[in-house]
Amino acid sequence: MRLILELALTHIAGRGRQTIVAILGVALGVGFSIAMAALMQGTEKDFIAQLVDTMPHVQISDERRTPRRQPAEDLFPAAQFEGLRPKEDRRGILNPAAAFASLRAWVPGRMAQSLRTQGVVRYAGRDIGVSIIGIEPEIEASVSSVAGDFVQGSFDALQAGGNNIVVGDTLAQRLGASMGTTIQLVSPTGQSRGFKIVGQFHTGSNARDESETYVLLKNAQILSERQNAINDIRLRLDDPEAAPRVARQAEAELGYKAVPWQEANESLLEALVVRNIVMYTVVGAILLVAGFGIYNIISTITHEKARDIAILKSLGFTQSNMRRLFLIEGLALGFAGSVVGWLIGFLLCFTLSQVEFKISGGAVGREITRLPLFWSPWHYAIASAFALVSSGVAGYLPARHAAQLNPVDIIRGAA
Amino acid sequence: MSILIEADRLTRILPAIVPVTLVRDVSLTVSEKEFIAITGPSGSGKSSLLYLLGLLDRPTSGALKIGGQDTSQLDDDALARLRLESLGFVFQFHFLLPEFSVLKNVELPMRKAGRLSASEMSERAAGLLEDLGLAGHLDKRPDQLSGGQRQRVAVARALANDPHVVLADEPTGSLDSKSSEQVFTILRDLVKKRGKTVIAVTHDMDIAARVDRRIHLVDGKVVSDERVALSPA
Repeated sequence: MRLILELALTHIAGRGRQTIVAILGVALGVGFSIAMAALMQGTEKDFIAQLVDTMPHVQISDERRTPRRQPAEDLFPAAQFEGLRPKEDRRGILNPAAAFASLRAWVPGRMAQSLRTQGVVRYAGRDIGVSIIGIEPEIEASVSSVAGDFVQGSFDALQAGGNNIVVGDTLAQRLGASMGTTIQLVSPTGQSRGFKIVGQFHTGSNARDESETYVLLKNAQILSERQNAINDIRLRLDDPEAAPRVARQAEAELGYKAVPWQEANESLLEALVVRNIVMYTVVGAILLVAGFGIYNIISTITHEKARDIAILKSLGFTQSNMRRLFLIEGLALGFAGSVVGWLIGFLLCFTLSQVEFKISGGAVGREITRLPLFWSPWHYAIASAFALVSSGVAGYLPARHAAQLNPVDIIRGAA
Repeated sequence: MSILIEADRLTRILPAIVPVTLVRDVSLTVSEKEFIAITGPSGSGKSSLLYLLGLLDRPTSGALKIGGQDTSQLDDDALARLRLESLGFVFQFHFLLPEFSVLKNVELPMRKAGRLSASEMSERAAGLLEDLGLAGHLDKRPDQLSGGQRQRVAVARALANDPHVVLADEPTGSLDSKSSEQVFTILRDLVKKRGKTVIAVTHDMDIAARVDRRIHLVDGKVVSDERVALSPA
């Protein structure tokens, strides 16, 4: 066996340039597929991370998936009702404190409750419709990504004396307001109060930056005249992937609609699946081409080495010896190629990760972004496993042919 | 004298649209310490017969015994083993492995047989090469040697596993007369001094004239098989 190995290595070493070409052929295939996979998976992860980051992982609102059964229907199950006037529900999540406490007992992650209502901001003669979100600043910071997007001030500043508000920077610009300005907030119930701007955030999402305002939960409750009401519980889980399970359980427990982020972004995630199929097709194609390269080179070597096969067989080497010899040569090239390929893949990833580009976002200024790359040993393992398998096959087929050659035919041919 | 090779009506037909008979009904026995030349015109089947005797090729019909063992029932691996241990080949072209040194080339059959330790193998290989006058060339590559030297390396390799029979296919066919003479002398010494049997295919009449036994083929058939009184050394 060692003899066969030595023969194989000598064969390979004895043909410097061809060997280098073979190894490079494999290495480029392996390297590019690693880089490709890293880039594709990196951008996907980055995309999802941004999605997961900016959204609550599970959002529980005071809606229900199916309309509530009316008391009359419960009383007279056999009867069919027409034109029944539904009982008016109290809006918001019933008994929010108990609901919140029961969730807290088992949900793996953090949670915040808030009251979300619509309103109008009035300042300097302008009226702009906004969402008014009543929050508890100390909890909100652990759940919302907005906490990290402050240009000025913070959620904590809401707690300072007086009525305070945090707004998106675009909204502030449209109003012509700045830090310290007192703006008028008008609720659907007609309540109107002055709030002082103590913070501005910039999330990068225009819709949010120009229409979200945050006030203290109790202020929101006063504005909408709903004491102790909550209509929104947002969960931020330790493991975002657990969201669907948690949402199902929360929905079963509370009866309110709980939407995991996957459901909220279904169409985007579907697009990602399509993208993944494209990616694996491309990576597979690269590896396939590399595999053909390996096949080509090994079978060329086998062809050129026909004379050696005849010699070795005439000396008393068996068919299986010959098969093994060329199989080993194929595998050795595949192995060397994938090791070099790892290096190429790593360098490519590194280079790509250094590329910076600027996205100019309208009025907001520029953001500098780097290509997101995802480093996974699996990419390396899969790429080189594929390279080894294809070089094994590429070695084996010509090897089988070589082993069956009759030495006499070759000796006659050489004479 | 014990019989080494016993061929009984060997026939080899190349299957083709028009089948070609290479060797036809050849029966012969080869004993110890014989120096045999197979002669004949081009295409008379000399080499084909040699390949049959050397187990490189299987006869279409007929039986071949090597050392008393019937080879027709043996599978390819068993034939390879037999080739490795009891036969040595020298071809018209040296057929050395170009990437290996002279010494490694000679070691190769020994390593395949796997009987000796590494140091014993290189000692034996070096000894064989020195006996053949190649003492200073052990670490050279085959392409650094002259044609005659290469052919001597090939002879050393054929002797590596100490076979009973050395088969030579036009061993001097591509050598000049001086080198031919050297190789002939070496082959003759294999018989006279080492007690081997040498079967050489040749169309060099000068060589054929000086062997112990001449087998002449025409169209794949033995037309004469004559033992010559011992030629002077």
